[in-house]
Amino acid sequence: MHFLKLILRNVLRHKLRSGLTVVGLVVAVMAFGLLQTVVGAWYAGADAAAPTRLITRNSISLVFPLPLTYHDKIRQIAGVASVSYANWFGGVYITEKNFFPQFAIEPRSYFALYPEFIVPPDELREFLRDRRGAIVGRKLAQTYGFKVGDSVPIRGTIFPGNWEFVVRGIYDGAESKTDTSQFFFHWDYVNETMKRLIARRANQVGIYIIGVKSADQAARVAQEVDATFRNSLAETLTETEKAFQLGFVAMTEAIVVAIRIVSFLVIFIIMAVMANTMVMTARERIAEYATLKALGFGPGWLAGLIFGESISLALIGGMAGIALTFPVAEQFGQAMGTLFPVFHVSLDTVALQAAAILTVGTVAAATPTARALRMRIADGLRNIG
Amino acid sequence: MPAVVEIRNLTKSYRRGDQVVPVLRNITLDIAAGEFMALMGPSGSGKSTLLNLIAGIDKPDSGALNVGAIDITALTEGELADWRARHVGFIFQFDNLMPVLTAFENVELPLLLTRLTARERRDHAGAALAMVGLTDRAEHYPSELSGGQQQRVAIARAVVSDPTIIVADEPTGDLDRASAADVLALMERLNRELGKTIIMVTHDPHAAERARSIRHLDKGVLSDAES
Repeated sequence: MHFLKLILRNVLRHKLRSGLTVVGLVVAVMAFGLLQTVVGAWYAGADAAAPTRLITRNSISLVFPLPLTYHDKIRQIAGVASVSYANWFGGVYITEKNFFPQFAIEPRSYFALYPEFIVPPDELREFLRDRRGAIVGRKLAQTYGFKVGDSVPIRGTIFPGNWEFVVRGIYDGAESKTDTSQFFFHWDYVNETMKRLIARRANQVGIYIIGVKSADQAARVAQEVDATFRNSLAETLTETEKAFQLGFVAMTEAIVVAIRIVSFLVIFIIMAVMANTMVMTARERIAEYATLKALGFGPGWLAGLIFGESISLALIGGMAGIALTFPVAEQFGQAMGTLFPVFHVSLDTVALQAAAILTVGTVAAATPTARALRMRIADGLRNIG
Repeated sequence: MPAVVEIRNLTKSYRRGDQVVPVLRNITLDIAAGEFMALMGPSGSGKSTLLNLIAGIDKPDSGALNVGAIDITALTEGELADWRARHVGFIFQFDNLMPVLTAFENVELPLLLTRLTARERRDHAGAALAMVGLTDRAEHYPSELSGGQQQRVAIARAVVSDPTIIVADEPTGDLDRASAADVLALMERLNRELGKTIIMVTHDPHAAERARSIRHLDKGVLSDAES
């Protein structure tokens, strides 16, 4: 009890110094958590990928389409349970800064392949009935105030023209990591329009989404799909959905690496601040440590005292920082809108924050503890402090 | 009276850069049980060094040093710490109380190293505080006590575990005359009434007069005894 009493009272001894150190810790741990959450958001697409879904695209580049006729050939490959297709639309809603993913999809097979997109059955029925209908995600609907029945005009860029869609349904995600920022509409609507306006662009698909019967067949099916179309005018590249999503992350990997480095730099800086606090604190208490040693208290007691104070400070600031991460991340995610469709503080991030707190507290105490243990009692007693 | 401290041909030097500075030269000394000895000498004479060696917070270069029939020069650092906890009471010039513990908690501190129960510790600490006349200040922090009161708490801390010897290094050096007189009177009472063996380093002749014997150190050499 005395030991804990001594630690706690020492923590509160210099209220201003301890208070400022704690504030620094709160900000640093919160910032670390927020940056790690941003990194996590970058990988959200890959994390949400299903092991039984493959993506087939043009092997030269995603920019080049694939013929619609590939659908039936892919469907016949052993191990394929279902096939759907989609085109990235890339239109503009009012202004360019209103970015959100827009996909022209084959709706029945697409929503069957993505059971995590939960569409109310009546809304799905209405959508299927209306060639110009659209299904929007909940986060997208909240960001722009879309409601069922709203008309959404989108200016085409890849597919030129002014397109009118009617919101027929709003989907929710089955899990918190499900992206609900997407805008889906009928592939047929785009294709019929292309047939009229630019015929050579009709019957072209951006990607095929393949559902395999079991995850262990994914590699074989992928190889067979690509083998089927080898030496054709549009050779394919088939990969798992996760690999496909990671491909996008790889394009901006430098940014992700930079964010990670900055997040750990923040922790390094607060570690230096804490270490400075503990060194200053220990220097003022040399005579006290010498007295304790003279009275017979051993190195374990002394080390426990210093480490206890350091880790207590780190825990006070760190736990407050962790708690603050959640509301701050919530606000940040809302401010980012659909830029980060999934923005949640994960358990992994909290674990990393906790590990950072303990590391900071431990490292900060190391030098003052070593000095206190090495100090000659007679020299320490002469120190008036 | 049998000797509680036996010193034979003790030497101690300190290294300052390349130079070796001798501090104590062939000290031979016996301190009887129940003695109140003052060690005097000019600054740098080695008196605090001798006190530190007797108290086990420093080690001699050579010579024999027995305290309570234990050769403390043969003890390891850990054994020395245990030995100090049981056998030595310290009274420092600057009381060296823990500022975040109350007077009572400071007195109780050495008892944490014993096997006493919490109740027994409370009883011992209470008795020690009563002996120095500070029961009514038990819950006060050192910053709320006068200099003399702080030193009396330190004395209570020094005696609470009933040590074999009490070492005092300039115990009145930081006190005004009145407080110093109180502290010295208390130490005299500890020696006279409770038979405590006290070794006090001082440069103050008024403080030395309270002791039963005075030894002088000059340039590391001990003079003959005076009473």
